[in-house]
Amino acid sequence: MTWAASLLLSPLMLSIIARTKAFFAGRRGPPMLQPYRDLAKLLGKGAVYSRTTTWIFRAGPLVGLAAVLCAAALVPMGRIPAALSFPGDLVVFAYLLALARFAAVLAALDTGSAFEGMGASRETFFSALAEPALLFALAALCRLAGDWSLTGVLGNISGEDWLTHGPAILMAAGALFIVLLAENSRIPVDDPDTHLELTMIHEVMVLDHGGPDLAFILYGAALKLWTFAALLASLFTPPEGTALWVQAAGFLGCMAAASIAVGVVESVMARLRLSRVPMLLAGACALSMLALAGTLR
Amino acid sequence: MIESHALADAVMALLLITNLLLLGFGYLNACVRAVALQGLVVGLLPLIMGGGSPLWRVAALTAVGMGIKGVVFPRMLSKLLRDVEVRREVEPFVGHGLSIALGVGAMGFSLWVSSKLGPLVAARNAWMISAGLATLLVGLFLIVSRRKAVSQVLGYIVLENGVYTFGLATVGHVPLLVELGVLMDAFVAVFIMSIAAYHISREFNHMDVDLLDKLRD
Repeated sequence: MTWAASLLLSPLMLSIIARTKAFFAGRRGPPMLQPYRDLAKLLGKGAVYSRTTTWIFRAGPLVGLAAVLCAAALVPMGRIPAALSFPGDLVVFAYLLALARFAAVLAALDTGSAFEGMGASRETFFSALAEPALLFALAALCRLAGDWSLTGVLGNISGEDWLTHGPAILMAAGALFIVLLAENSRIPVDDPDTHLELTMIHEVMVLDHGGPDLAFILYGAALKLWTFAALLASLFTPPEGTALWVQAAGFLGCMAAASIAVGVVESVMARLRLSRVPMLLAGACALSMLALAGTLR
Repeated sequence: MIESHALADAVMALLLITNLLLLGFGYLNACVRAVALQGLVVGLLPLIMGGGSPLWRVAALTAVGMGIKGVVFPRMLSKLLRDVEVRREVEPFVGHGLSIALGVGAMGFSLWVSSKLGPLVAARNAWMISAGLATLLVGLFLIVSRRKAVSQVLGYIVLENGVYTFGLATVGHVPLLVELGVLMDAFVAVFIMSIAAYHISREFNHMDVDLLDKLRD
C-alpha cells in the first residue's frame, strides 16, 4: 500500500512545489495534474539516439528508474510499514539511490559531451559529501529506536523519545532536509529550472535524453524526492495507537508540508555559489554527527 | 525534570550549532548575527540551571546576560562594521571546510575529555561541560585563524561564552556579584577592543592583524 501510494502520489509533490513558488511570485501556477500530463506526453513520443552513444546511454534511465523504484519500496509511511523491510535495509536504501546516480552519470559520460561530463563530475562530488550526512542521521535514528530497518526505525520513534532526545531528532531532521535539497538538485544547491550549462549540475546530465527516457528520468526524480521527504515526514507522524486513516492523513499532511517547505526555500533563497555548496553539506554532516552524539547518552 | 533536561539539551545543541555557523559563515555580518544568537542562548542558561536559587537573582542574571551578550555586543560590532568601510569577507587563514571539520573534532575531543572527568562532575552535567569546552576551543580557534581584527573580538566573545557555560556546569552557583563582575569585565574588554579595531582601520585603512607587525610611524 505504501509503495502504491508513493508511485501514484509522488508527481504531486512537484506540483505543490511549483504552486508554492508561483504563490511567492504572485502567479497562479500550473494545474496540480501538470506533472502527470508531462509524463504522459513524453511517454507518447519517440526517442532519438545519437550515433556516438552505446547501450550504456539507453540503459541509464532504465537502471536509474528501477533502482529508485526498489528504494521507494523500502520507505514506510510513518508507522505504516513499508512494502519490503529487513534489518540493514537503510544501507541498501542509500546505495540503491547511489546506483541510480551511477547509471545517470555513466549515461551522461557516454554522450561524450563536455558539458555533461562537467555536470557528472559535480553531481558525484556533491553526493559524496551528502552521503555521510544521510548515513549519520539514519544512524542517530537507529540508535534511538534500537532497530536496523527503516520501517522499524521510523515506526518506533515515540513521543517519549521526543521528550528525552528531542534536540537530537530535530538535528537529524535538519540534516535530512539539507540532504533532501542536495540530492534532489534543489535550490540552494542546484536550480532545477535553469538551463544555463555552466551552472547546471543535475539537469545538464539529462540534456541528451528525450521521449520515454526523459519521462523515466523525471518520474524517477519525483520518486526520489518522495522517498527523502517520506523519511523526514515519518519523524513527525501521529503517535502510536491511532487509527490507520489518521496515520495516513497525518503522513500525507507532513509530505505536503515538506513540499511547501522546499518551495519556500526555493522562493526566498538564492542559489549558493558552487564553491560554497561543500560548506553547506559539511554543515549537514556536522549536524548529523551532533545528532548521533546527542543520542549516545 | 525531564522537561528541563530536554530544554538544557536544546540549549546545548543550539550552542554547538552556532559554533559551527561561526566557523562556516563567510561574511562578518553573518558572524555577528551568529554571535548574537549564541549570546541569547548562553544568557538563558542561568534560568535553566538555576534550580534552588531565588527567582529574582536568576531573573536578573538572565536579563543582564542576554542583554549584554545578545544585544549590546552585536550592536557595538555591527556599528563598528558600518563605520569602518572594510571588505565584509572573513578571510580566514584556514579554509571554511577545514574549520568546520576542526570544530567537529573539537566537539569529539570535549566529549572524550568530559567523559574522563569522572566523579568530578555529575553525569547530568557532562554534556554541558563538553559543550562549554567545545565553545571555548572554537573561540580560541577563531582568534588565531582569522585575519580581520573584528574576528578576534568575535572569537573573544565566543571564548567568554564557553568559559561561562563551563563554569556554570561545574560550579553551579556563583555569587551574583562575581557573575556581574565577570560580565562587566567582558563588556569593557569588548568595548576597548572595538575602539582599538576602529582606530586601527582609521589609521591604516585595513584591519588585517597579519600586517600589524609591519606598522611603523
